[in-house]
Amino acid sequence: MGYFSDIIHGFKTLLTGMKVTGKYFFNARKEIITQQYPDNRDTLTFPERFRGRVDMPHNENNEHRCTGCQACEIACPNGSIEIIWDRVLNPETGKKKKAIEKHIYHLSMCTMCNLCIVACPTDAIVMTHEFELAAYDRSDLTFVLNKPGSKLMAGVEE
Amino acid sequence: MHGTERFTAAVHQWLLGMFSPGAAHIAEMVLTGLAYLAFFAVAGLALVYLERRIAAFFQVRLGPNRVGPFGLLQTVADALKLVAKEPIGTKKADHFLYSLAPYFLIISSLMAISVIPMGAGFSAFDIDVGVFFLIAVSSVGVLGILIAGWGSYNKYSLIGALRSGAQMISYELSVGLSLLTMILLVGSLRFSDVVQAQSDYWLIFKGHIPAFIAFVIFIISGTAESNRTPFDLVEAESELGAGFHSEYSGIQFAFFFLSEFINMFIISAVAATVFLGGWMPFHIGDLEGFNHIMDYIPGPVWFFIKTGFIIFLMMWFRWTFPRLRIDQLMKLEWKYLLPLNLLNILLMAFFVWKGWYL
Repeated sequence: MGYFSDIIHGFKTLLTGMKVTGKYFFNARKEIITQQYPDNRDTLTFPERFRGRVDMPHNENNEHRCTGCQACEIACPNGSIEIIWDRVLNPETGKKKKAIEKHIYHLSMCTMCNLCIVACPTDAIVMTHEFELAAYDRSDLTFVLNKPGSKLMAGVEE
Repeated sequence: MHGTERFTAAVHQWLLGMFSPGAAHIAEMVLTGLAYLAFFAVAGLALVYLERRIAAFFQVRLGPNRVGPFGLLQTVADALKLVAKEPIGTKKADHFLYSLAPYFLIISSLMAISVIPMGAGFSAFDIDVGVFFLIAVSSVGVLGILIAGWGSYNKYSLIGALRSGAQMISYELSVGLSLLTMILLVGSLRFSDVVQAQSDYWLIFKGHIPAFIAFVIFIISGTAESNRTPFDLVEAESELGAGFHSEYSGIQFAFFFLSEFINMFIISAVAATVFLGGWMPFHIGDLEGFNHIMDYIPGPVWFFIKTGFIIFLMMWFRWTFPRLRIDQLMKLEWKYLLPLNLLNILLMAFFVWKGWYL
């Protein structure tokens, strides 16, 4: 009898669905994911893959990992990354090499899509957890990511 | 004599002491009406709050928790906002019908709620044909929806309203028939008799298999009756904007919104009264000691616990099941619920004839 087995099957699937949502409801106390943001500003916790503004980490010797390959600039759908680079003479080898002068990041155009981070072959840029990004002036939304006087970390290019 | 009966008798005596019998009667009616209106508002707001809060927990969120302790005053604030808002109508709307529609819904809900006993002798009027009256009156509500859809001069409203009409005509049958199944067992349409018949076992235990089937059918068709997900084709946000109440704003929108929640309360209250014993405490046959302990919990508390349970069940449905298409809706009713219901009535009649119930 297809008719009655259909009904029983239907109820089974309905109960399966209710079991799933019920599990969430009865455990809701323990695993609520929303945070009371302005209240817990000091103790705010971030999910692992949270996407804040893009930044370039530097180590203690003021060295970054950016080779100036411009992969991020090409990957960015909004053109929010602009790299000014030059060929710099390497004193050891005597050859001219590409190096960044300024890694310019326009936050005003960024949608936090993560594509530049995916594109970067040397993991030079990361998504930070910084999200309170409002500014009074549009020019405050343009950042130069490499710090002044910084240079490429040794061994990144190999 | 139950506590609630003593309470009504005391109010009656007090009014008789103050006024002449005729005036006391009128005063009683006015007081009852005001009490129901107050209950209507409070229950509506409480249900909206509960719905939002429970929805939040289902989605592992917190829900409204800013206004007042635990956000309890959130819905009050929302209601005040709606009352203060300017009603913006449409130019081409049929203004008479447009402004009439919300009252149809409100009045039908109020009339339906008045026959449900919330405690011993605690209903506005206890008539011989209570169950029949309730089914009849609750289908007047759909008239309000149809009028609202027609009067708004908006195609989405009209589509929503006509869907509601189709839905109500179909599912009204299942509601009526599943209640009829239980009436076979009780032998009376009066709500107080229905509750009284459950003083040994609740009807869902008394009628075991057919009663349980009837209960399930009633919950399904009751959810459809109150236009809640998964049967909310009437307002289907993703298809029709807000369905039949797209064009309403301010207090009129609040009426629609409240009456939707009150309808849910009514369906749950009927389910609790007819299947789970209404205000009758949990009794097992003639186990005197156990029954006596259960009697210490007053009737209204039992009533609201049971109603709350059914309401929670309906909210659970809402946050689990996806919305049905209109043809699926029709198929569910006419090809599954109705034949099953008719079979179930036969089964119940057979059981009653043979005396195979508790």
